[in-house]
Amino acid sequence: MIRALIHAALALMLALAPLPALAVQPDEVLEDPVLEQRARDLSQNLRCLVCQNENIDDSDAALARDLRLLVRERLVAGDSDAEAVAYLVDRYGEFVLLRPTTGGWNWLLWAAGPILLLLALAGAGVYLRGRSRGANPEEQRLTPEEEARLQRILDEGRS
Amino acid sequence: MITELGHFALILAFVVACLQGIVPLVGAHFRWPGWMAVAEPAATAQLLLTAFSFAALTHAFVVSDFSLRIVVENSHSAKPMIYKISGVWGNHEGSMLLWVLILALFGALAAWFGGNLPPTLRARVLAVQAWVGAAFFAFILYTSNPFIRLATPPFDGQDLNPLLQDPGLAFHPPFLYLGYVGLSICFSFAVAALIEGRVDAAWGRWVRPWTLLSWVFLTIGIALGSWWAYYELGWGGFWFWDPVENASFMPWLLAAALLHSAIVVEKREALKSWTILLAILAFGFSLIGTFIVRSGVLTSVHAFATDPDRGVFILGILVFFTGGALTLYAARAGAMQAKGIFGVVSRESALVLNNILLAVSCFVVFTGTLWPLVAEMLFDRKLSVGAPFFNMAFTPFMVVLGLVLPVGAMLGWKRAKPARVLRQLAPALGLALALMGLAWAMQTGRSLFGPIGVFLGTWLVAGAVTDLVARLGQSRDWRRLRHLPRADWGKAVAHSGLGITMLGVAGLMAWEQEDIRVARVNEPFTVGAYEIELLGVSRIQGPNYFADRGEVSVRRDGAEVAHVYPEKRNYPVAAMPTTEAAIDNGFLRDVYVVLGDAQADRAWTMRVYVKPLANWIWGGSLLMALGGALSLSDRRFRVAAGARKTTPAPKGVPAE
Repeated sequence: MIRALIHAALALMLALAPLPALAVQPDEVLEDPVLEQRARDLSQNLRCLVCQNENIDDSDAALARDLRLLVRERLVAGDSDAEAVAYLVDRYGEFVLLRPTTGGWNWLLWAAGPILLLLALAGAGVYLRGRSRGANPEEQRLTPEEEARLQRILDEGRS
Repeated sequence: MITELGHFALILAFVVACLQGIVPLVGAHFRWPGWMAVAEPAATAQLLLTAFSFAALTHAFVVSDFSLRIVVENSHSAKPMIYKISGVWGNHEGSMLLWVLILALFGALAAWFGGNLPPTLRARVLAVQAWVGAAFFAFILYTSNPFIRLATPPFDGQDLNPLLQDPGLAFHPPFLYLGYVGLSICFSFAVAALIEGRVDAAWGRWVRPWTLLSWVFLTIGIALGSWWAYYELGWGGFWFWDPVENASFMPWLLAAALLHSAIVVEKREALKSWTILLAILAFGFSLIGTFIVRSGVLTSVHAFATDPDRGVFILGILVFFTGGALTLYAARAGAMQAKGIFGVVSRESALVLNNILLAVSCFVVFTGTLWPLVAEMLFDRKLSVGAPFFNMAFTPFMVVLGLVLPVGAMLGWKRAKPARVLRQLAPALGLALALMGLAWAMQTGRSLFGPIGVFLGTWLVAGAVTDLVARLGQSRDWRRLRHLPRADWGKAVAHSGLGITMLGVAGLMAWEQEDIRVARVNEPFTVGAYEIELLGVSRIQGPNYFADRGEVSVRRDGAEVAHVYPEKRNYPVAAMPTTEAAIDNGFLRDVYVVLGDAQADRAWTMRVYVKPLANWIWGGSLLMALGGALSLSDRRFRVAAGARKTTPAPKGVPAE
């Protein structure tokens, strides 16, 4: 509830702000290029919570700037990438992750494509084998019963 | 007065659509020619009435009639004329009216050009089309009426969202709708065929041009939207995997699958029931897209009208048409007897693989798009599925598609000799590998993505060229190239286009350079191979905005290559700022300059990007659309040939 209020307040501030700043600002950039690159890479996988489906790296929102600064703060404090992300997830929930985890039922999301692909390939294999019957004359051989019947008919005709 | 006439015409069109949905269907059932013949004049009348209604609404926008609610909400008297007109479809109600206008247009086209269809099939196709039309007329009249007046009209309007005041976006929705709605004809053909209980090669030949047409329009529409995002949103992103983008991308993938499987129906009379299913699903996904955009169940940057009543209504339409068609399919599809027999290695199998890859990748996009909804409803988890997921889960399918495409495209029908095809393709493969190696050597310590893109792009283009050359046979008579069927050219051009788009996407994502800084006037700085200098910033006044406009010089090796003017605009009526990036378009790279906020002592925040191969993304898309159009122009003589003889002539039919 409180978080919802905070979000509403943030959204309101955003709407009232005359000119929002552009995404990453020069004053946010870290001195250490390696740390900065890590921050950029992480930012692209984190969602700006008040925006519609934008990552914090691209977003103009004030909250996105706060999150960008927070990520950099954690990295400077010596957090690993995973720890910095975990820090944000603890505070904002997994909604902040643009790349969903594989935990819980999410494995189904990740596996859905490969599973369907295997099923489709299997289905297509069965279909193609069915279609190729007759393309091979060898496969149209008579069964032993049919052979015997044919032989009988031929024999009858001969006698 | 004109407005009321427009409103009345819309109601009449609804009534006509209801008639057209019932009378020809009954006529076709009892073989009553008179009743079946109602369909054609009804389709024409429906088009004329809807067109009049649309013209009336456009008139209200053009003269800025602020007694109409949607004009007030989406227009302003100071807005340039082109955006007054494009404002007609820059809102929910007006865009739905455009949607039904295009629906009626396609219905009328099917009526006019369907002269060679069997009368019962034609009557049924037009009737099903009218059902779809009637549903959307009802939707507009009951939930989204654009003709609602205000009791006390204000003096001026609230202006259109400034992001939408752009030529790219003026034409993006009409093209998309032409594509979405074009698929309704394929749907109508599929349902009519299920009612008839007959699908043959002729059916495949009738459906294919409509599929091609819709796919071409969808391609252009999506490319326009992506291009618009690239230059307008201010950092050069071109695809965000946003739910609404996915909503247009899913029908595109299925339409691409459909236009390939329809070839198999047409030439080999196989894959019939699958093709019918694809036609139903392709339009089903268009409806899902409409639902996603209009209902607001998924958060998206496109947040259009978000009204639960409308969402429920569209969900009803979606369930009725897709559910109804799928039920009919379940009951009737078993009767479709496949005729063609082919080996496991053949063009037919290659097209089956194409369909699998396209359909499964569409399914991946679908799951990713709806997963947040599923997770919230079933598992009570509020989560996001964004670009990183789609990039990982979707891209492999496209890579595989690119790898097998040139081989599959050259396999023979029925029974192919893969060894021969591979031998023919060896030079293309060698060239692609060589260029990949070159790209790999030139970049240092970056991702594999760029070289893979170079490989796929070269492989697809060189493969398409190899295919064309192979069509000449042993003679190598180059003059014959000109006389190859248009469909062959279309295939080669479209497949090359796909390769070029893949190369553009990979190049842009792998080799982009970025620079963010506080730039002082007349203090040059370097970005990649370029030297950038901010020469000054001035305040300018536009028709309905004011802006800070920077003057920037872009130099390379001391010589100026571009002089560009990035702007930061503010639209006072809509109370919204926009960034107008300045882009120096080049064949191999774009230099993309964005002006940010003013800082102390004549300094400005600036962002400069060097975006390699950016234009190749849209160039490739245009080539794909051009390929589709070429293939479509081939249709004429094929249809004519089919009309002259009752049985389709197998001789001289180009393999595509």
